[in-house]
Amino acid sequence: MRRSLLTVCVMFALAAPVFAATPPTQKKIQQLEARIKALEANAAAMQKQTADALAALQATRAEVEQIKAHQDTAIAAAQTAPAESAAIAAAPPQTAPAGANGNAFNPAMSVVLNGAYAHGSLDPDRYYRAGFALGGGSGPPAQGLSIAESEVALSANIDEKFYGQLILTAQNDKSQDHIGVENAFIETTALPNGFGVRAGRFFSDIGYLNSHHAHTDNFYDRPLAYQAFLGSQYGDDGVQLRWLAPTPIFLEFGAEAFAGNNFPSGGAAHSGVGVYTGFVHAGGDIGDDTSWLAGLSTLHSKAKGAEDGFSGDSKLYLADGTLKWAPNGNLKDGGVTLRGEYFVDDRNGLYTAPAELQLGQSAFDQTWNGQRRGGYLEAVYRINRTWEAGYRYDKLWADRTGPYASEFDPSRNSVELSWLNSEFSLLRLQFSRDVPNPFNVDNILTLQYQVALGAHGAHAF
Amino acid sequence: MNKFLIAAVLATAGALSTQAQAKLQVFACEPEWGSLVQELAGDKIDVDVATSALQDVHQIEAKPSLIAKLRRADLTVCDGAELEVGWLPMLIQQSGNQKIASGAGSFMAASQIVTLEKPTQLDRANGDVHPEGNPHVQMDPYRMLTIAKALDARLAQLDPANAAAYQQRFADFSTRWNAAIKRWTAKAAPLKGRNIVVHHNSWIYLTTWLGMHEIGSLEPKPGVPPTSAHLASLIDITKSSHTLAIVRAAYQDPKASNWLSEHSGVTAVSLPFTVGGDAQSKDLFGLYDSTIDKLLALTKSPSP
Ligand SMILES: [Zn+2]
Repeated sequence: MRRSLLTVCVMFALAAPVFAATPPTQKKIQQLEARIKALEANAAAMQKQTADALAALQATRAEVEQIKAHQDTAIAAAQTAPAESAAIAAAPPQTAPAGANGNAFNPAMSVVLNGAYAHGSLDPDRYYRAGFALGGGSGPPAQGLSIAESEVALSANIDEKFYGQLILTAQNDKSQDHIGVENAFIETTALPNGFGVRAGRFFSDIGYLNSHHAHTDNFYDRPLAYQAFLGSQYGDDGVQLRWLAPTPIFLEFGAEAFAGNNFPSGGAAHSGVGVYTGFVHAGGDIGDDTSWLAGLSTLHSKAKGAEDGFSGDSKLYLADGTLKWAPNGNLKDGGVTLRGEYFVDDRNGLYTAPAELQLGQSAFDQTWNGQRRGGYLEAVYRINRTWEAGYRYDKLWADRTGPYASEFDPSRNSVELSWLNSEFSLLRLQFSRDVPNPFNVDNILTLQYQVALGAHGAHAF
Repeated sequence: MNKFLIAAVLATAGALSTQAQAKLQVFACEPEWGSLVQELAGDKIDVDVATSALQDVHQIEAKPSLIAKLRRADLTVCDGAELEVGWLPMLIQQSGNQKIASGAGSFMAASQIVTLEKPTQLDRANGDVHPEGNPHVQMDPYRMLTIAKALDARLAQLDPANAAAYQQRFADFSTRWNAAIKRWTAKAAPLKGRNIVVHHNSWIYLTTWLGMHEIGSLEPKPGVPPTSAHLASLIDITKSSHTLAIVRAAYQDPKASNWLSEHSGVTAVSLPFTVGGDAQSKDLFGLYDSTIDKLLALTKSPSP
């Protein structure tokens, strides 16, 4: 019944647009608007409004909308009537607040699925990196088919002062499934003057890549320097204080304290707080086409029996720089990203050989005072919405003395080609020529898929 | 000595904060909102416009410079309806500025009006789906007026000292805008009932207002780049529908629309889409003038 009335209205309006504002239509609009008001009042009163009532409200609104859209000149003539804008102004109950549904306050959920086929020409058992320990996320990629790192992320505002995030990861290591807690932290949202505090488990904000999740990387694996000095990525249980300066350019300072459970630290002999970091990041624009981000960071650790056998004070210094260029800043349609990071790793302590090397007494134990360095440079060319190609050069500089003394400095060259079907899915082919020691070359080919589903994520710069 | 130092620091901090409070800082996500807020507030506020008409606002890089701008903002004015979902929430979080995260400091244009094209099914297999409807609301003058009114109220709420000025400026704007609507609607009469092919579904508010029809889209699905197979499938309908134009926004790559134009004989045209999209679109009035003029020019050229 109502439908046919509305149809008549619409047909009338279509047939006689010029006279659309004449009393009959105007009256009908008023009637319809009265109905909107009635429905709204009804909905408000009933609280548990049915989906039908809402749908009817929407439908009626849409019909009014359509009539108005065809009134053209008539509406313009009747511009003084405030009813005009009332029809297109959103009423508060645009969508049902779903109060009856216990899921209404569920956190935003997103899932990242990641899988790969990798083949290295060198037997992984014969792989060693001159001057550097392997383990803890460093070394050649797992051979064959694997889910590289798939994760589930949950996040939401907790209340008006806190935000929380939990990320669980699934990884397969030597046919053993591992579910890990990658992130589990809370963060303040209401501190004044640009301050922020975070507590829980999270990735340190040192450097550029460290705080970024692997699924936003431009290459399949982390740079050698990240593998050598941070076990690919340093995350731990800790607290962070950040301050964003009120400057025209982006300028952020921060400091963190961590338990020190993970490489490059290790052991709990430091009463549970063994790692301190500090960082400053700055960034801005150069015209419409270019943006930059740069940082200086440091990580100090008091390690006791770390994965590489180190006990003592280690100091890591990082410098990072990113430059993005694209016509008018439309990087997704074609542009270049340049990035480099440089690491200096200072050790002052003792080396304890792993148990299997110990022959009765600690025959291999020795002092470890020395410096090693590493870095990478990468360039990624976004060809268009769908294709991207990249090149990366990796280098490590070993210590000539000490427990990992080496005259050889490992290096690696990698190229990648990515096919991006949408913001949410990509396939990546990568070839790396890794020279980890003076005697071996590892030619590594990887084919990877990576997708994101669920809540629309956002990528940091 | 120490006391003097503390007093000096406090005095400086006080001076800085009063200075910072002197003017309302507005962060406009898109140029149309920068222009609108300028109309409504003039020199009572400072505006940072985050993007330009030559940028695709669906795909903005979360640039550090934008974090610095959000850090000082008292109010963000954006399209909303998830248009900025890929960059704005992250930037706001990084800015640590609670004022603009929600509530009075967050003004979303699409939330002030009834949106069109609200999807009934939420599935990314259908492309870049916006659950709250089509966010490209700036080309409907009536909706713009509704949004302007709500924005004006918001400005007065956040900056009560200048409330009278905002009220007066809105009255002035709405008089000029209503007069312009009358002029535009009369002038655009020949466009009524005409068909256009669009690059992206960003013109539904314009076509609904002017009684035009969108008969096809160069994107196979919203947000999915044009493919040659899909473009080829549009040739027949474009040719046979007495089509006025193949319409793209200033920021969109002309390749796809030019290709279809060559194969169908229908003219491809770049419309400003937002303030700054062409030389004439210096403000909202210029934007509408230019858009209508460019479409009208096509009605005068012989159609195929
Ligand atoms: Zn869109």
